[in-house]
Amino acid sequence: MLSDSLAKEFEAIVGKENVFTSEADRQNYAYDSCVWTPRIPGGVVRPTNTEQLGPIINLCYKEGLPMTVRGAGTNLSGGTIPDTTDTIVILTTALNRILEINEEDLYAIVEPGVITAPMAAKIASKGLFYPPDPGSMSVSTIGGNVAENSGGLRGLKYGTTKDYVMGMEVYANTGDLVRCGSRCVKCATGYAISPLLVGSEGTLAVTSQVTLKLVPPPKASKAMMALFPDMQSASKAVAAIISAHVVPCTLEFLDHATINYVEDYVKIGLPRDAGAMLLVEVDGHPAQVEDDAVVVEKVLKDCGSTEVVVAKDAAQKKNIWEARRVAIPALARAKPTFMMEDVTVPRSKIPAMIAGLEKIAKDRNVTIATFGHAGDGNLHPGILCDKRDKQEWARVELAVDDLFNLGLELKGTLSGEHGIGLAKKQWLEQETSRGSIMFSRRLRNAFDPKGLFNPEKIVGARG
Amino acid sequence: MDGGRLSIRHWGWSMNDLTRLANSLMALDDKLVSCMKCGFCQAFCPVFDETGEEGDVTRGKIALVENLAHLVIQDPEAVYERLSRCLLCGGCNFSCPAGAPTMEIFLEARAIVVSYLGLSPIKKAIFRTLLPNPRLFSTLMKLSSPFQGLFIKKDNSPQNTACVPMFKAFIGERHIPMLSKKTLSAKVGTRDTPAGKSGLKVAFFPGCMGDKIYTDMAEACLKVFEHHGVGVYMPDNQACCGIPALTSGDLKSFGKLSAYNLDLFAQGKFDYIVTPCSSCTATIKEHWQNAEDLTSAQRAFARTLGEKAMDINAFLVDVLKVTPPEGAGQGKIKVTYHESCHLMKSLRVSKQPKDIIKMNKDYQLVPMKEADHCCGCGGTFTLTQPELSAKIGQRKRDNIVASGAEVVAMGCPACMMQISDMLARNHDSVKVKHTIEIYADSLS
Ligand SMILES: Cc1cc2nc3c(=O)[nH]c(=O)nc-3n(C[C@H](O)[C@H](O)[C@H](O)COP(=O)(O)OP(=O)(O)OC[C@H]3O[C@@H](n4cnc5c(N)ncnc54)[C@H](O)[C@@H]3O)c2cc1C
Ligand code: SF4
Ligand code: SF4
Ligand code: SF4
Repeated sequence: MLSDSLAKEFEAIVGKENVFTSEADRQNYAYDSCVWTPRIPGGVVRPTNTEQLGPIINLCYKEGLPMTVRGAGTNLSGGTIPDTTDTIVILTTALNRILEINEEDLYAIVEPGVITAPMAAKIASKGLFYPPDPGSMSVSTIGGNVAENSGGLRGLKYGTTKDYVMGMEVYANTGDLVRCGSRCVKCATGYAISPLLVGSEGTLAVTSQVTLKLVPPPKASKAMMALFPDMQSASKAVAAIISAHVVPCTLEFLDHATINYVEDYVKIGLPRDAGAMLLVEVDGHPAQVEDDAVVVEKVLKDCGSTEVVVAKDAAQKKNIWEARRVAIPALARAKPTFMMEDVTVPRSKIPAMIAGLEKIAKDRNVTIATFGHAGDGNLHPGILCDKRDKQEWARVELAVDDLFNLGLELKGTLSGEHGIGLAKKQWLEQETSRGSIMFSRRLRNAFDPKGLFNPEKIVGARG
Repeated sequence: MDGGRLSIRHWGWSMNDLTRLANSLMALDDKLVSCMKCGFCQAFCPVFDETGEEGDVTRGKIALVENLAHLVIQDPEAVYERLSRCLLCGGCNFSCPAGAPTMEIFLEARAIVVSYLGLSPIKKAIFRTLLPNPRLFSTLMKLSSPFQGLFIKKDNSPQNTACVPMFKAFIGERHIPMLSKKTLSAKVGTRDTPAGKSGLKVAFFPGCMGDKIYTDMAEACLKVFEHHGVGVYMPDNQACCGIPALTSGDLKSFGKLSAYNLDLFAQGKFDYIVTPCSSCTATIKEHWQNAEDLTSAQRAFARTLGEKAMDINAFLVDVLKVTPPEGAGQGKIKVTYHESCHLMKSLRVSKQPKDIIKMNKDYQLVPMKEADHCCGCGGTFTLTQPELSAKIGQRKRDNIVASGAEVVAMGCPACMMQISDMLARNHDSVKVKHTIEIYADSLS
């Protein structure tokens, strides 16, 4: 725990009301949304303006205190679980100003604690569009989105957070402000540092400002739902849509198990024997949308869909999306513990992955229901269990190991959008190489020689 | 009064006591694990919205209760303090994607922790003697009402509130509502009228605030029943529904109040039990049947009564089929509607009160930003957390004023009290009305 004298030094920087040291307060920053053992930090500081970040980092660096930056604490990889009991948690929730929304040059400049959905709504109210839409956007912060390179349903057509970061300001280990990128569409000035910082999970520097690219919103959209007897034919349909040169903005699937959990929960009349459900939405210019919708509908039918529903209006569109919208609530209610992975495979490997997951569930005697982003191969296998049941939990751990091994065998990647953090560290070398781990550590060492920025995350700072 | 912090000091907990406390909390374990720690409650918790502290959001409170149950934390007072920084508004319960029964968790956890910590002496005096004893409560009210001029300076605000110079230190800047000169029960006495043209008879439960503070509102309800030919059973010695005791974790008092009211209503014959207070409705509907120390007959009756409990707006619209005429809501007086938490999030009543407003052709309903954001009252929260309550209330006030309405209507007397207080503090001219008052005004 933080000594009184150090607490006073932090208080001198951020004010007494923004330093939290009581046992209860510290316990509240020991966990995030990841199913991983919490660790209680030494103290929590909440800067109220970005200039306070430099002195906070300087003090931590001088005292050798590890730092974990925390936004909304909704990451699913343990990225904000403190590494040591000395760790100082730096809360960004009070750094929440939208500094500029530029309607002429199409960018927004925001502080790291700005919450994604309200920001996107404000941008929309100015007639512009910020596409990345992680499922947690009602609470997640931009700092967290950037640090995890978060994606969302619109990833296939619009990309993920990385595609919208034009520039950043960060505080380095020395407490200095570092500016990278710019607000210009083109920028060839110096090293491209912000792309390296995106997805770095708070291990390289502390973000204090982000310049985000905005785009004009699509003028029209159309949603469709299709049911398939099996995952194989649904996957064929996905490939056929892409080869027909239509890039839907969203292309989601629910597997047989998920369809049944959804039906248990909301009873909207989904056929319980369906092998897979696809949800497709195309957007863009109204004429293009009409054309694309016709193509997609035909492809879905040709590929063996047993039922295709095309939304005629906004109300029908909402109904179509209902099954996907309630997928997480349905799965989360089914059992006490719900673990959501984000292993990602090349699109064509989805059926093999789903078949493999079914086999793992059977072999390990665990319950797995999978949904996800069919367009980009990003799967969300949900493991439903009760972590209090030690025997079941041991089986779940084996199943998770199988799941990652399978994903890697299929030339996939450990994480499509949730990051590595603590939870997926142990498989990283298997996906990359010993050399990659060592290279990453040397890189970290250049940014953070004492290894104090979220030290245990991703590859670890040492070893 | 607690003054925000628990006034009873730690007098040295033995490990034995703590283990017993932890074991009692383990009864909640199944409910606690249903929280998947997604943190989505950050988007709908009004307390977190003000403070941004994890300990104030649903997830943070649940984590602390869990830690106390596992003795990871050994400071029950700190946990209680966080638990009391909660409006019990039900926002989290309503929106939690995992369906975590957060209201049950908080009510039960409060009760368990309080049973170890003890109630603060003032709460104890109120809950254990005053509330279960309606005659004494009313007598005290009768006594204090003529004298209230001595202590309370009427502030001539359009909300008819009064500020209390003498008690400033005690209740801060609060503008408390003027007590009625005469309580409803003193004015009307016991009422037992047969069903009229509607063929229906209701038991009417005005609630403490309807009886003692918003007497006009309660009388408006009686007028509406009469207009629709609805018979009324209203004994004059009803006790408080008990929600303040329940939310403070005083299960003993809650059990007594429930038993008392159950016996009282068991003497009447009626089709529904109707209240103008969403908290009372929710309490009768969900909580009386779970009160402690009920006889099996009382519990069985409580279940039947629970099924008959209805908010008055819902009763009028859903049962009596009161429907606003085509093109209603074009009148001169601009009114905006506040969605009371307990009405919308516990009882899921939202459309009906707006229909009731539209029944008065003099009014025009205008939208309010964040209409479903809590007003900050939260029953005893407003007393134990005055600063937070005022901050949340100020936001509601700002949205009300920004709507441009002259009147703000709602379906809960507790919200009426809080919102009147906030408007009076800001010297605003917006009037506060219960939806039923607006409807009753249109009936000759
Ligand atoms: C139910 C649920 C659904 C989800 N759906 C999605 C989804 O669809 N797509 C998706 O991509 N993710 C999803 N997530 C994961 C998570 O919400 C995202 O990773 C999100 O970006 C995290 O934001 P946060 O503000 O909560 O960050 P936190 O969890 O607080 O932090 C995440 C990481 O960012 C670092 N960090 C935060 N701020 C800074 C800063 N200013 N400087 C440096 N480092 C910083 C932290 O140290 C940590 O390593 C979901 C999570 C849940 C619980
Ligand atoms: S209470 Fe519900 S919304 Fe909040 S963290 Fe727990 S599961 Fe998520
Ligand atoms: S009941 Fe209301 S105040 Fe309490 S935790 Fe839930 S949302 Fe927050
Ligand atoms: S809920 Fe409030 S107003 Fe209603 S009876 Fe109980 S204390 Fe009185």
